[in-house]
Amino acid sequence: MSVLDAGPSTVELDRRAYRRSRARRSTLGALASTLVFALVAYLTITNAPGWPRVRTTFFDLDIARQSLRPVLAGLWVNLQVLVIGAVLVAVLGLGIALLRTLRGPIFAPLRIVATIYVDIFRGIPLIVVLYLVGFGVPALRLEGVPTSGFVLGTAAVVLTYSAYVAEVFRAGIESVHPSQVAAARSLGLSHRQTTRLVVLPQAVRTVTPPLLNDFVALQKDVGLISVLTVTDAVRASQIIVGQTFNFTPYVLAGLLFVLLAVPSARLADHLTVRALRRQQGGGR
Amino acid sequence: MSAPGPAVLRCENVVKIYSDLAVLRGVDLSVREHEVVALIGASGSGKSTLLRCVGLLETVDDGQVWLDDQDITDPRVDADLVRRRFGVVFQAYNLFPHMSVVDNITLAPRVVHGVDPSVARDEAMALLDRIGLVDKADSYPDKLSGGQQQRAAIARAIAVRPRVLLLDEVTSALDPELVGEVLSLVRELAGQGLTILMATHEMGFAKQVADTVCFLDQGVVLESGPPSQVLGAPVHARTQQFLARIVDAGRL
Repeated sequence: MSVLDAGPSTVELDRRAYRRSRARRSTLGALASTLVFALVAYLTITNAPGWPRVRTTFFDLDIARQSLRPVLAGLWVNLQVLVIGAVLVAVLGLGIALLRTLRGPIFAPLRIVATIYVDIFRGIPLIVVLYLVGFGVPALRLEGVPTSGFVLGTAAVVLTYSAYVAEVFRAGIESVHPSQVAAARSLGLSHRQTTRLVVLPQAVRTVTPPLLNDFVALQKDVGLISVLTVTDAVRASQIIVGQTFNFTPYVLAGLLFVLLAVPSARLADHLTVRALRRQQGGGR
Repeated sequence: MSAPGPAVLRCENVVKIYSDLAVLRGVDLSVREHEVVALIGASGSGKSTLLRCVGLLETVDDGQVWLDDQDITDPRVDADLVRRRFGVVFQAYNLFPHMSVVDNITLAPRVVHGVDPSVARDEAMALLDRIGLVDKADSYPDKLSGGQQQRAAIARAIAVRPRVLLLDEVTSALDPELVGEVLSLVRELAGQGLTILMATHEMGFAKQVADTVCFLDQGVVLESGPPSQVLGAPVHARTQQFLARIVDAGRL
């Protein structure tokens, strides 16, 4: 039958053996250098003159155990802000992106407003937005406007992140080839139908990995609402730090945020790889 | 071929200018009912641009296009309603990559023409059966060969029963061995009496299928008439030159 039935030739077997030995050698090299680096870092830190002090103030297991419950309760608040915020950011970000992609002179005012919004909220530090919204809005003493730090903190986070996410969506929308729009319009689909049924589904696929990246960033930035005295994980830690003069609760909170971020980060990586494979002509 | 009827589509002095390049410099053309008109000409002669202007995918810079005695270049006309009456097939297929083949075909019937989804699907399946792609109905376009994709794109364009089918060099992006399957589908559609305006580089095909051949040169129709005349005994020197180059390349 075919040459393949006989199995690989001796030449091919030799090539494979050579590649394997090369791969083994580079793996070992990488492993060794990593171990050496870790060892040096460990020895440098633990032999530093201030290390005993640092260990007791930042890595006290007893205090970590005692503060676990309040910090976890705070993290639950962060999670709520995260989920509500993420949904609102997705909606608002997409809306702003759509406004920015509108063509024609009649939409110029909307386009300009959306552009100014993005410029402002991408430029201004989140912490400043938090102060402005969290303390400025209640100071207006307007009837019916919420004054809770939870609501205003979420609003501030949404305002800032929507600007970033709008730009991601816009990039995705603009990455859809004009020929797709031409095909849709040639079938008689209106501008709106074309956007909804042809452009957006393709754009969202393209931008899912970068969006997840922004989601990971949002996961940690929700910790900043603690400046509005919302008892989230960071604020809960701060309270214990104030009582014990020990910073271990901050480290604990940081660790918990990392644990929260890891699954999303891995999911983002996975989707990026898949999107790349699809783009390079692989299967769906 | 059915006997040509009255003019369905008429171009009068169509002009299209991109920044400072006049691609169309006053094109006059008419396509009668059941007629197949082939646009030939060198790359850059304006064939694709003319099709895009006719299909209202571009706005003209002067002149008029009439579809069934309606001036479709009038800005007061709802362009979406006009586009429904055309079927366009593009050189690069332009299938929607995020939809299965059958969804590509049923999209316009469903959302533009308000056909019941199950009816639209049945009709699409019948269409796919006719073009031999019924087993690919639920596949995504990237799983199809170029020829299959282009046949699916043709099915998508005719699913809305267009008044005029516009074909823009539908075989130019295909490997040589896949050209035949697409051309035979177009030939079949022409035989069924569809009104077709097509840009093509396939002179042999134009000769067989077209009722009228228009030679486009530098944005004007230099010569038009039955294929035997334009391709067999061209009057203009430029047409003769163009055809000589095609013959040299072994394409006629």
